[in-house]
Amino acid sequence: MSDTINLIIDGKQISVPPGTTILAAAREAGIEIPTICFHEATTSNALCRICVVEVEGSRVLVPSCVAHVSEGMKVQTQSERVTRSRRTILEMLESTVDLSDAPEIQTMIVAYKADADRFPQAKSRASAPIDDNPMYLRDYAKCILCWRCVQVCAEDAQYTYAINFSSRGYDTQISTFYEVPMPESTCVFCGQCVAVCPTGALKPKRQWLLELGRTPDEIMDLTRSERRNRRRRVDVPSNDQV
Amino acid sequence: MTDFDLTPLQAVLGGYAPQGRTALLPALHAAQEIYGYLPEPVAAEIARGLNVPLAEVFGVIDFYSLFYREPVGKTVIHVCTDPACAMAGSEPMLKRLTQHVESLNGKNHTEESATIERAPCLGLCEHAPAMLVNGQPIGQANTRTWEEMVESDPRPPDTKVDGSIRLLTANCGLGYTLSLEQYVARGGYTAYRKALAGAPEEVVDAVKISGLVGRGGAAFPTGVKWEGTAKAPGTQKYVVCNADEAEPGTFKDRVLMEDDPHSILEGLMIAAYAVGASKGYIYIRGEYLRPYQMMKIAVQEAREARLLGENIFGSDFNFDIEIRRGAGAYICGEETALFESIEGKRGFPRVKPPYPTTHGLFGQPTSINNVETLANVPLILRMGVDEYRKIGTEKSPGPKLFCLSGDVERPGLYEVPFGTTFRELLFDLAGGVRSGHHFQSALFGGAAGAFALDSHLDVHLSFEDLRAAGLPLGSGVITVFDETRDMRDICLRLAHFFADESCGKCYPCQLGTQRQVEIIQRIMDGQVLPGDWERLHDIGWTMTDASLCGLGQTAASAVMSAMKHWPHLFKSPEALAQ
Repeated sequence: MSDTINLIIDGKQISVPPGTTILAAAREAGIEIPTICFHEATTSNALCRICVVEVEGSRVLVPSCVAHVSEGMKVQTQSERVTRSRRTILEMLESTVDLSDAPEIQTMIVAYKADADRFPQAKSRASAPIDDNPMYLRDYAKCILCWRCVQVCAEDAQYTYAINFSSRGYDTQISTFYEVPMPESTCVFCGQCVAVCPTGALKPKRQWLLELGRTPDEIMDLTRSERRNRRRRVDVPSNDQV
Repeated sequence: MTDFDLTPLQAVLGGYAPQGRTALLPALHAAQEIYGYLPEPVAAEIARGLNVPLAEVFGVIDFYSLFYREPVGKTVIHVCTDPACAMAGSEPMLKRLTQHVESLNGKNHTEESATIERAPCLGLCEHAPAMLVNGQPIGQANTRTWEEMVESDPRPPDTKVDGSIRLLTANCGLGYTLSLEQYVARGGYTAYRKALAGAPEEVVDAVKISGLVGRGGAAFPTGVKWEGTAKAPGTQKYVVCNADEAEPGTFKDRVLMEDDPHSILEGLMIAAYAVGASKGYIYIRGEYLRPYQMMKIAVQEAREARLLGENIFGSDFNFDIEIRRGAGAYICGEETALFESIEGKRGFPRVKPPYPTTHGLFGQPTSINNVETLANVPLILRMGVDEYRKIGTEKSPGPKLFCLSGDVERPGLYEVPFGTTFRELLFDLAGGVRSGHHFQSALFGGAAGAFALDSHLDVHLSFEDLRAAGLPLGSGVITVFDETRDMRDICLRLAHFFADESCGKCYPCQLGTQRQVEIIQRIMDGQVLPGDWERLHDIGWTMTDASLCGLGQTAASAVMSAMKHWPHLFKSPEALAQ
């Protein structure tokens, strides 16, 4: 196999090593392709489809985050088909979830001239925030199902497997085993899921309380009993007892 | 929480434990058999037994519609409300049954005696309206009493088979399931013996030259697939029979499995020899309990006759087959989602490439073929390639099964050579549109298909002619609608089907199938909004262009075809005035 692959992206001649994704090749050439579910630290599943591009000879659009470059490939990252798909996906997303804490997606909505009210009378995935542990809050009305939290909880990082999915299709939601409260799950409160969440669906409890207008002192008061309960429950011998 | 006696489960789990996660669906089926549903302690015990994370066991249970998290009644009834059954009156029947069940459950306070559910197409379209009672099929259900259906043991409906040729269906429609002995007496397993006497490459070549292409809908050349799997690096290879027949309107694979299971087994055995696989799986949709039972008996017979096992026919070829049941998920008919399901996971389709020929089941080279495709294989070897190619057209050789249902005088499974006209099939063989009515339209290819008009009646049913006419052959479904049918209602049912069956992995399909059904509901209710026409188009094209798998890519196909044929049904009065 040759050391470099030559391809054309948006009319620009590009040479990259074999095995490079179209997304990486484009970024190297200074061509920006938007992404939502893609994250450097997680396995790409090509599910948001925002990064799709038009590849000459392909019947359907191609997800650039996982598709590898090939010799002589001709790629368009802003064709009419591409922008229609991106715009419509953003419009459907906006009618489904609360994107108020997702600044990156908000920027895309503006860039693709997506109409936030395109789908009137649409059923949204509204649900009450789940406040079941002292560390973080789960507000699935903001969840875009990018899978990052499930992945870092599993093989992509932590091997904890506290969360997976309930239901399927439009009604899919991130869930613990039989929807048990997080402290009863296998969660170790490592915080990795919170770190990779792009939409504020997972949020540190303290941040959430601060956003609600609570002062740091009030937060200490509010969480004191929670912390005390926690100490009492965890019946582990301390170091000097061992 | 109720204490569950986990001993009977533990006894079963012992057998599944060595297989690990791949035994998850079989273990869940077995557990549900014992407890009626899958409560938390039972799921936890299975997780421990198979060494699968708790949350992932839950994710699998909640993905498949035939696994229940909550208790269900002693009798579970699935009523099909997809087009063919709806046209035959399944909605009023469902309403009547629901009232009856409510009154029964009202009398019985200790436990629910019956649970009734709306179901996607059950593959019993020629017996519409159809339903399943505890998995057993009931045809013409609107003519039966509750006692007949639930309290007695009703005879399953006989298959309805006809055609201008009877090659694939030579042993079908006889009123019984062909046993191994009967199959052998009719020349069965001679192709298998013949194949094993030669080199695997010879089988691949014969299938390539025969021109056989996949009958599941994608029409990929079977021989090319086999060659790819045979040549792929790797020592462990698999063959899989895709019997997850769930495309609304399709029932051909059910008929083959129920009437002539050994023809499918013989095809799979030959495929295994050709590609060098030592293990095969048959994945049968969860709703097909009866075909599953027939196939299980057939595999057992084949094993006892040493057609499966080691050193078959004295050769050094070893092969065995395991049958797997799905659990209520149309998406598992997509080949990579089917692999995930066999591996014990949610039925999420994988990103392709890599393709199954190199990275299939358990990541190994795999050849996956539809039931009807495999049934063609013994025929090709028995007849010889030249004779086989004389059937059908030059570009579409061979026989083809068509599933006719809806407003047809004689609905059923019809076998014809490729190239037969739609008119011959519908009028000469199936007796035409139901008496007193005339043809309005037909849905080709099922929910993922497109509508034909009367201008299409003379189209030749071959891949090349249908492609030219802009119609899909798909899996051979033709659902007929007479002049009384409201095509918006048909579209609404198809849209519901996709919204219910979307796995939810990729955004275009997860969101688009929901938005699509909302808009069509609005149109159906006479509440169409300005801009809905454009919305449906944008959703449709986005799903078609940008979805991850074939389900999403075809989820707007029928709707967009209907919008093209009958724009007045979908447009607002203002838009029509323009």
